Amino acid sequence: MVESSKRFEARAGSELRRELLVEPWPELGLVAANGPADPSPELVVEDGVVTRLDGRAAVDFDVIDRFLVAHGLDLEVAEEAMALPDVRLARMLVDIDVPRAELVRLARGLTPAKLARVAGMLDPVELMMALKKLRARRDPGNQAHVTNLKESPALLAADAAEAARRGFDELETTVGVARYAPLNALALLVGSQTGRPGVMTQCAVEERRNLELAIRGLVTYAETLSVYGTEPVFADGDDTPWSKAFLGSAYASRGVKVRFTSGTGSEALMGFAQGHSMLYLEARCVSVVRAAGAQGVQNGSISCVALVLAVPGGTRAILAENVLAAWLDLEVASGNDAISSHSAIRKTAKLMGQFLPGTDFVTSGYSVMPRRDNTFGGGNYDADDIDEWLTIQRDWQVDGGIEPVAEDEVLRVRERAARAVQAVYAELGLPPVTDDEIEVATGGHSSADMPDRDRAADVEAADDLLARGVSALDVALALDRRGFVDVAEAVVGMLRQRIAADYLQTSAVIEPDGLVRSAVNDPNAYLGPGTGYRLEGERWELLQALPHVVDPRTLGSETGAAAAIVEHGAVAVRGDDPGEVVVALGPAFADGLRETINGLPHEAVLDAVLEGVRDAGGTPRLVRIRRAADVAFIAHDGAVLSGSGVALGLQSKGTAVIHRADLQPLDNLELFGMSPLYTLESYRAMGRNASGYALGQRVGPVPTELDNFARAKLIVRTTLLHAREAAAVVPNAPPVDVERLNP
Amino acid sequence: MTLDAARAGELDASEMRVTAETLRLQAEVALASGRVQLAENLERAAELAGLGDDELLAVYTALRPGRSTAEELERWAERLAEQNAPRNATFVREALVAYRERSLLADG
Repeated sequence: MVESSKRFEARAGSELRRELLVEPWPELGLVAANGPADPSPELVVEDGVVTRLDGRAAVDFDVIDRFLVAHGLDLEVAEEAMALPDVRLARMLVDIDVPRAELVRLARGLTPAKLARVAGMLDPVELMMALKKLRARRDPGNQAHVTNLKESPALLAADAAEAARRGFDELETTVGVARYAPLNALALLVGSQTGRPGVMTQCAVEERRNLELAIRGLVTYAETLSVYGTEPVFADGDDTPWSKAFLGSAYASRGVKVRFTSGTGSEALMGFAQGHSMLYLEARCVSVVRAAGAQGVQNGSISCVALVLAVPGGTRAILAENVLAAWLDLEVASGNDAISSHSAIRKTAKLMGQFLPGTDFVTSGYSVMPRRDNTFGGGNYDADDIDEWLTIQRDWQVDGGIEPVAEDEVLRVRERAARAVQAVYAELGLPPVTDDEIEVATGGHSSADMPDRDRAADVEAADDLLARGVSALDVALALDRRGFVDVAEAVVGMLRQRIAADYLQTSAVIEPDGLVRSAVNDPNAYLGPGTGYRLEGERWELLQALPHVVDPRTLGSETGAAAAIVEHGAVAVRGDDPGEVVVALGPAFADGLRETINGLPHEAVLDAVLEGVRDAGGTPRLVRIRRAADVAFIAHDGAVLSGSGVALGLQSKGTAVIHRADLQPLDNLELFGMSPLYTLESYRAMGRNASGYALGQRVGPVPTELDNFARAKLIVRTTLLHAREAAAVVPNAPPVDVERLNP
Repeated sequence: MTLDAARAGELDASEMRVTAETLRLQAEVALASGRVQLAENLERAAELAGLGDDELLAVYTALRPGRSTAEELERWAERLAEQNAPRNATFVREALVAYRERSLLADG
């Protein structure tokens, strides 16, 4: 009886298995959706007053229920909307003939239990369809995290500039040490406006400090306003729906764009899920967010994502909560910021739910720097993953909000931003930023490469900056005095935006020319194929042009002028030497093409084969096959001409076959199809074996290796080489004898 | 609001903020696009535009759970009403009723 499996053992050691998966435990809230204790949807209105809501009588309404009754539910729509069967609403969500506006209208009258139940009916593809349809703004976008462990201003500015240049609409920083807030906000403002005017920035810190930064014009948005789905957790978070809504209005009164934060799993993590499913509690959260009058929310589990993924259906529930937020007409920054899994496969499988339909911000924070520098504890995708993200955009023809930018351009904006922040520091009397810092911030990998600063001096300077009342206007003037006129203009432009406050509307982002695009002037009107946002035209050209993409016309074409290796003679006839081994060359071998896919020069391959044939006692004879590019026919045509009936066929890319005249063309004695793995010794062995077959000796097959990745790595080159071989074919041309020149 | 004006010293940082009128206009835009609650929020914001930062944060703190007695919240409501912030006054009184029912007041 075998008691253990080495395969199970290998799997148990995988990255994936570092995570704990658990069975549902509804009493603790460890159930993704459709929990057994979730209330049935219910809304009773008597004389214009809500007397029952989702299983509770008015006397038992908690603070969340009371807030939703006061501000969330539109009773004029509620009767009609609540009367619709769950499945009818669910089908409307995916029906391309039901416009977004109609669904948004009905959602005003739906209770949290109804919202959760309907979204809970959709499968993953249906949820993606619903999300694509319900997104508020037409174009998807993305948000970046910009932080580093040393809170280096030059590095923050350089990373902000690169993020802005790569197309992120919003950049978010935070602090390791709270007193750094004004300095980090300053670096982000300067860096972002160097990279691309109009990019919005925030610094996630305590509310008073945050408001102060906003009032100074150092930040333009905030998303630190968390809400929760049960009363005890809300209170543990030291807030109520009323306090959070008031804070939202307070930010708006200072011209700050506000997005609330919620997400599945937080109530279970904080110990008061009250036996409800994660999705139901999130339906309560997003209902509160909408009732508070916030224009949007970052949701999709956010920091609790790994907990939600521990229970069955977690990934689906997270996508469903994004759908609920969009259905409630909210801007959605859809998570994918905190690390969701150790497994790259699992992480990216989860990402597709938001990435493919597109959300207002596909991530709530793509880490533009290496994740070790991400002080949010984020970095689900980071600087080292950017090529992967760009490639997946290109693969799916989907806009995930990040643009490819060439290395020289990245270096240019990074250096300029670091120099701009150096200039501002000098003008404002802050501790100097050295040229050394600029150099490393421009070309380094992470803050580990950065020189250390005097942190005590920095925090003192930060306090002083606030005490002096330095504002974004002072920053603009400092930039202007040091010659960064365009950056100064961009900073003033952001101040202008704050006064106009157009970006307070739903899903607003700012174009480089200052135009605000939001759900008001650029709404999503997706109604099926041919409508809505489609990645086409210039944008598609941009997103497919990755810096490392090559023009296939330029590959392998550099051999034209090389000296001849072989000379062609008369039309070949059948030989009569029984020890003769024909070495049959493909149409372009050692002629139009000069090396194998593995980079071996054809003359060296040829000499190795000839040597091998001679070593084993055969007499080699070179023949050029002109009528076919397929290695089987090259070899078989050669075998027919061979005195022994045996030939070795060679294709230009290095594939070889040993053939015999009496076999069918697609049969063979030995096939060497792994051309990328062959060395000159391999070709010598092929020559020896061909001789062995010709002389009737016992022959052991040439040992070959297997590389299953060779195809993925080389299939493009194979295609191009084969195309050139095929182009050299002369239909019906007879084979000719060939002589090796200057061996 | 241009860089030239800033160079000429014609701009004052303290004036570079959104006005109550602008916020009311934004509320109208939100309402016209069917966003009732966003409009309501912007109307509340318009009322708060003229209040000092300390006062804003004091009201926020008073609204946090267990911070205020019923009398204190009522005083904040009165004070907001006196400062041309009737919507916010109503908002605080609503909270007061809910907090009393849910034991979220400082005096239980």
